[in-house]
Formats: sequence, structure tokens, C-alpha cells
Amino acid sequence: MIEVKELKKGFGGDELVLKGISTTFEKGKTNLIIGQSGSGKTVFLKCLLGLFRPTEGKILYDGQAYSELSPENQRTLREQMGMVFQGSALFDSMSVEENIMFPLKMFTKQRKAERRERANEVIKRVNLINANNKLPSEISGGMQKRVAIARAIVNNPKYLFCDEPNSGLDPRTATLIDNLIQEITHEYEITTIINTHDMNSVMEIGEKIVFLQKGHLAWEGSKDTIFRADNDDVTNFVYSSDLFKKVREAVIKDS
Amino acid sequence: MGYLREIGLYIMMLKGVFIKPTKTSVLRNLILKEIDDLIIGSLGIVCFISFFVGGVVAIQTALNMDNPILPKSLIGFASRQSIILEFAPTFISIIMAGKVGSFITSSIGTMRVTEQIDALEVMGINSLNYLVFPKIVAMLFYPFVIAIAMFLGILGGYTAAVLGGFATGDQFIQGLQEDFVPFQLVYAFIKTFVFALLLATIPSYFGYYMKGGALEVGKASTTSFVWTSVFIILSNYLITQLLLS
Repeated sequence: MIEVKELKKGFGGDELVLKGISTTFEKGKTNLIIGQSGSGKTVFLKCLLGLFRPTEGKILYDGQAYSELSPENQRTLREQMGMVFQGSALFDSMSVEENIMFPLKMFTKQRKAERRERANEVIKRVNLINANNKLPSEISGGMQKRVAIARAIVNNPKYLFCDEPNSGLDPRTATLIDNLIQEITHEYEITTIINTHDMNSVMEIGEKIVFLQKGHLAWEGSKDTIFRADNDDVTNFVYSSDLFKKVREAVIKDS
Repeated sequence: MGYLREIGLYIMMLKGVFIKPTKTSVLRNLILKEIDDLIIGSLGIVCFISFFVGGVVAIQTALNMDNPILPKSLIGFASRQSIILEFAPTFISIIMAGKVGSFITSSIGTMRVTEQIDALEVMGINSLNYLVFPKIVAMLFYPFVIAIAMFLGILGGYTAAVLGGFATGDQFIQGLQEDFVPFQLVYAFIKTFVFALLLATIPSYFGYYMKGGALEVGKASTTSFVWTSVFIILSNYLITQLLLS
């Protein structure tokens, strides 16, 4: 579980990018951060990842505040985090298998055979077929995302962060990737936080949704409550998609 | 102010390279890979250029010796001095700023653009140590490249002088041995060592701190070449002033 308490973040100027966010991301759930471009989603995710130090406030990872940990413990905590980047961020000089084994190589004392065995377990879990020895440039965008997910979970992380995990993918593959992330979250009891502005993802896997607007937490709920949100910003965001606009019009027409 | 900021950032980068080291077994493999990419991979072009430029130096010297009083051994002497003192260490380093420097900037820059550096940081890896330190260690072998360039430059000069009929082999070798000051070799290798550090770190700086997309990677490579060359020339002047004057 990750608890965020009165998180503020600025970059030296008068204006804060995050203006006091408090929320909780539960274990074993897919938690989504949504909001328009410039709402502070990426800064929020980077604060959660420990890449940005909060200006004020605290982030507690299962009760431990990152900023209060010793550098050694910060490193240990960081090893418990997995990250799926928007562009997959695979190391292009390494094969698929080497990419997945990389965190094990860096942080464990496992021998190569053990690392390979574990890598093949996760490769099987994310349904990657016949790709072990291929380079990232030789596989499709969807497969690259699977490799990125495999690399993120190979170390059995407690926290999984995903930045726009299905951007650039066709709708079918995007849904498959969303579902894969949700299955993994439930199966391994991970606290998963996904940064997205894709309404399909929201409707597919939004077990908890945090809506950011201009650095504030404007609304929080789930995919079941987002259509009834009593917040104009949320409503505008949800119905900015043509598809959802048409669905709404159809519902109003029917009723 | 902008330049001061850049210099400060460069110094901070150098500090970052040496803290929180990567696992030794991983680092060893990275260093071997960099030696292959940066040193072994450059030998071909260095050998080719050294041999032919050495030849040209010898021919130019011979063709400019109109006075019959001047001994033919001067061709060997002039070739040795130009190749050891300037051509091999400085001229080859400028070429390497284009070849190795652009490679370093574009490879690190591409990793920045495609979030691979962020991926390393998120995993808790010191990306500066992981990416730049192996390059610095690999470039410590750069003096070997320059030694080869010196040898081949002189060999090219000898070949051109003898085959072109400008001097006999004995005359050329006599010139090579005349007034030889061993400290000049020490001077050449001291500056080679400094150039090696510049060649590893300046392009890394431009790649690591670049912002933008693919177009900016290209721009960063060009900028890195320009600044690496500028610092090689400036440090060449300073070292020469300090050690030889």
C-alpha cells in the first residue's frame, strides 16, 4: 500500500506543480492516475517513484517514508519497484531475454542459469512466444510492452508503476496489455499505479481512479462511479472522448 | 552565465561517475564492450589515415627542400617531429572526436530520448557510473592507438620517401634518429592521456544531458564534436606551453 500525505512539489518558482495531494493506493488493486496534459500526472508518478523529492508532504510505502530512509534502505525499497515506461525503454543493445534478466543480474547473486530460468517463467507469464533471442527492434510494439512488463515483474516487486502502458498500441493489443497488468496485479498482490489518459483503460481496469486537475486531486473513485462523478472537470474529461460522448447521448436518448 | 552553468554541470557529472559504483562483474563486461567499440573499432581508420598522412608529410618535406645543402635525412627528421609531436596525438584526436565522440553522444542521447536512462535510475542504478565510467576506462587504452598511429605515420613517411625516390632508407632512418629527445614522447603521451579523458567525458556530457527527440540527438552529436575539438585544441596549447616552453 502507498499512502500519499499532503504532497506538494515545485521546481523553484512560485507555482507548485502538485498542490497538496493526499490519497491511498491499495495493494492488489490497479490504481489509475488520470487527468489532462499538464495536470501533474507525470510529476506525481515521478514523486511516487522517488525520482523527484517532494517539496512538502510524505509518501509512505507500507508505512515507510522514502525520504526518511537511509540511502541503503532507499536502494532496497527501489529494488521493490518495477516500472513500465511509455516507450517501453528496453535496452536496445540487449536481447529480450537479457533485458528481462537485467534486474536480476544487477541486484541478485543468482547464477546465469537461475536468472534464465526465472526470466523464462515471466516470459511465459506475459505470453511472449519465440522472442527470447530477438532484439527489441525486431519485435512489435505490443511485444515490447510485454517485455517491459516482464522486466518490471521479474524481481517480484511490491510496487508496479506504468506510464501510459498502452500508448501507441492498437485498441485490441491495448486491452490485452491492460488486462495483463490487472491479472499480474491480482496474482502477485502488487500495488499497481498506472498513469493514463485513455478512457478505455479507465473502464477496463480502473479499480481506483485518482483524477488530477491543475496539481490538485479533483476527484477519486472507481470505474463504477466515474460516470456519476459530481465534478465538472471529471465529466468533461470523461466525455471528451467521442465514443463516450456517443454512449452518453444514446443513454440520454433511450431514457 | 550559461557557459558557467554548463561547466558546473560537467564537473557534477564527473563527480557522479565515480560514486555508487555498478556491480563489478557487470562493469567488467561493459568495459570490455567499450574497449571493443571505442578502441578496437577505431583502429582501422586510424591506421589508414596515419599511414597516408605520414606519407604526405614526407613528400611535402622533400618537395619543399630546394636547397641542395640540406641533407636528405631531414625528411626523416621532419616526419618524426611532425608525426610524434602533433599529427598522431592531436590530429588523430580531432578525428576521434568525430568518430568516437559522435558515437558516444548519439548512443547515450538515444538512451536518454527512449527513457532507457530513466529505466536505469528507477532500478536504483547510478546511470552515470553505468554509462560513462566504462567509457573513461576504455579510453585509458587510447595511448596505444596513438602509439600505433605514430608507428604507422613514420612507416608511411619511410615508404613514401623511399618509393618516391626522395631519400634512401638509410637517410630516412638517420633522420629519425637525429637529435631525438625522449621527453618529446613523454609530452606526446601526456597530452594523449588528457585528450582521452576529454574524448570520453565531453561527448558523454552532451549525450547525457540532452533534451528532445531524434533531431536533437543529431544536433547534440555535432555540438559535442565542436566542443570536444575546441577543448582538445585549447588543452594542446596549454600542455605545450607548460611542458615544452
